[in-house]
Amino acid sequence: MKEIIISALLVGGAGFIFFAALGVLRMPDIFLRLSCTSKASTLGIGLLLTALAVHFGELDVSSRALATIGFIILTTPVASHRIARVAYLDGVPLWEGTIADEMRGRYAPGAVTAQRNKE
Amino acid sequence: MILRTVTSFVVFPLLAGALVLAFVRLLRGPHLADRIVAFDLIAVASAGIIVVSAITSGHSVLLDAASIWAVIAFLSVIAFTWYIERKGGI
Repeated sequence: MKEIIISALLVGGAGFIFFAALGVLRMPDIFLRLSCTSKASTLGIGLLLTALAVHFGELDVSSRALATIGFIILTTPVASHRIARVAYLDGVPLWEGTIADEMRGRYAPGAVTAQRNKE
Repeated sequence: MILRTVTSFVVFPLLAGALVLAFVRLLRGPHLADRIVAFDLIAVASAGIIVVSAITSGHSVLLDAASIWAVIAFLSVIAFTWYIERKGGI
């Protein structure tokens, strides 16, 4: 019974990481790629670490696994936001199907590169 | 027994496929930020491989390696974005 639970958690975690990679490869835009990879990979690694905590079942291993999950949940949004902000300020072109750009016009004219202002 | 079968035939191939797909994006990505996204995903998939290896081998010490790997990946993403902010991407 315990092995079945661990196997389900492992398959779910690996599947989420695989779908995150599929989204990184297939999405048309860096911001869509980020929105795929950050959430799905966080959930995937969280499920894998939960499987590890269930498998060992000791206090020290489980607490370290929980601490790692907390660290990843805290740091992945920071890294994703930083990548998206830098990419936007550096003038990465948006997907042509984008319908909302709420950051537009909110920066000083010199802050965003010429390509962004021209659009 | 079922755990060994599942990890050998499902979990490790899925994580390896994720590595391959992210590596294709790492090679192709038009902007430097795309490569950073792919690198971040490669780091997460590698941490997942280390965690699954800890389960299959029974050595819980590998969890420390995975957590330190996650710390290093986060810091390198911050460093890469800092350099793009300073110098501009390609």
